[in-house]
Amino acid sequence: MTIRDKAYIVGAYEHPTRKAPDKSVAQLHAESAKGALEDAGLKLSDIDGYFCAGDAPGLGMLSMADYMGLTKLRHVDSTETGGCSYLIHVSHAAQAIAAGKCDIALITLAGRPRSAGASGLQPRNWGTDLPDAPFEAPFGPVTVNSYAMVAARHMYEYGTTAEQLAWIKVAASHHAQHNPHAMLRDVVTVEDVINSPLVATPLHRLDCCVVSDGGGALIVARPEIAKQLKRPLVKVRGAGESVKGQLGGNVDLTYSGARLSGAAAFAEAGLTPADIKYASIYDSFTITVLMQLEDLGFCAKGEGGKFVADGNLISGVGKLPFNTDGGGLCNNHPANRGGITKVIEAVRQLRGEAHPAVQVKNCDITLAHGTGGFLGSRHGSATLILERG
Amino acid sequence: MSMIFQANPIPAPIIEPGTEAYFDGARLGQLMLKYCKSCNKPHFYPRTLCPFCFGETEWKQASGKGTIYSCSVMPRATPNPYCIAYVALDEGVTMMTQIVDCDLETVQIGQKVSVVFKPTTEDGPPVPMFKPV
Repeated sequence: MTIRDKAYIVGAYEHPTRKAPDKSVAQLHAESAKGALEDAGLKLSDIDGYFCAGDAPGLGMLSMADYMGLTKLRHVDSTETGGCSYLIHVSHAAQAIAAGKCDIALITLAGRPRSAGASGLQPRNWGTDLPDAPFEAPFGPVTVNSYAMVAARHMYEYGTTAEQLAWIKVAASHHAQHNPHAMLRDVVTVEDVINSPLVATPLHRLDCCVVSDGGGALIVARPEIAKQLKRPLVKVRGAGESVKGQLGGNVDLTYSGARLSGAAAFAEAGLTPADIKYASIYDSFTITVLMQLEDLGFCAKGEGGKFVADGNLISGVGKLPFNTDGGGLCNNHPANRGGITKVIEAVRQLRGEAHPAVQVKNCDITLAHGTGGFLGSRHGSATLILERG
Repeated sequence: MSMIFQANPIPAPIIEPGTEAYFDGARLGQLMLKYCKSCNKPHFYPRTLCPFCFGETEWKQASGKGTIYSCSVMPRATPNPYCIAYVALDEGVTMMTQIVDCDLETVQIGQKVSVVFKPTTEDGPPVPMFKPV
């Protein structure tokens, strides 16, 4: 069975807040869900499938379904793969719809790490019972140095430079200047990135994404319903997911799970990277983007540095416009999880509703890709290929 | 410019069931690895069932020698900068650790290193870190 053409994204909403000390996480989930329903032209009582991940407070799925008044659920899924959970949710929603398990699925994300004072420099408290913790926690692994070790190895293996990585941030900043909600709207240069403080060698402060409060929601529906609604049609054409860890001690930081999730998504869609007009690529750090572009097949392994340089990711300038909302690097990284905003901007591009300054012409096929967890130790990968019409 | 290693307080590792021998070895200055009794392969981090074939596993002492696979220094960490790393042991598995007892500015991928055990807080067992040979 394939999910190709079996489901449509009919609602998409990015919460406009970037700092919400006066709102609860549950409230941000609900406001995001309301926004996505209004976008779709649907109502709360239409929802019969619900998807959320580790950012949902309390009992997670159970707490949020109760809080939001989701009383007609007949399919639920709380797959948790960090920041890429929400791309997997779209795929799983399409599977559930194709199997007749639900008709209209809601996906929500929300969080307030900015108000809580979180950053990528703090050890996360994962609790007890972690099999890896005795062998890793004493050495100070935090988010940024996990990704930094991937960058260091890439530079060692392939000669990738800090300047090349910086181009990824430069491209994101060119897009963010047009987004009134973006946290960082100033256009930056390669020199600005290189001259920003080293946080974890070889990554600089401007190689890192923002920490923002916020949320987002998506509505996925079966084709018959999507075609009755008034919004431009966005079809799920292919999807892939994978999980990669330390391979029993055969650690290999030169590739990510995108190699498998991307290949699966392209195979299901019957497409190749050359068909993609716009790509949302998870950008927790600049190195995240570079690794995913290579592993998805937009360029050969080791060629990512050359591929991203000289504005090749800037809409209207380069060959592969990416993250035209400004991405996690400049716009928004709600709940420290950028997956849902990746899907939302890919939907905007297909609908022709991106900012006019960054809207890709004739944008009929888009890709959204997420990485969740830690690229340097264990992570999830999820790829979606979406089509207009 | 240099960044001479200065010790940070290292949190005592949580000792999960099945990992006691690893930390008992650490108190004796021995780096212990798990090997599969079925497929004979070493793996890391240590498990009671082999992650390659689910065979039963046993402890063996490692040489404590290896090569830096990757590393990253956090220059503004508090109280002191530190260098997290993956070290590929001569036995063929790669482990997360820190590079210590040197100028952290000079640490490079490909450097040969050897194990040195560093104390942890609250009378916890020492943990294996590595210094350039």
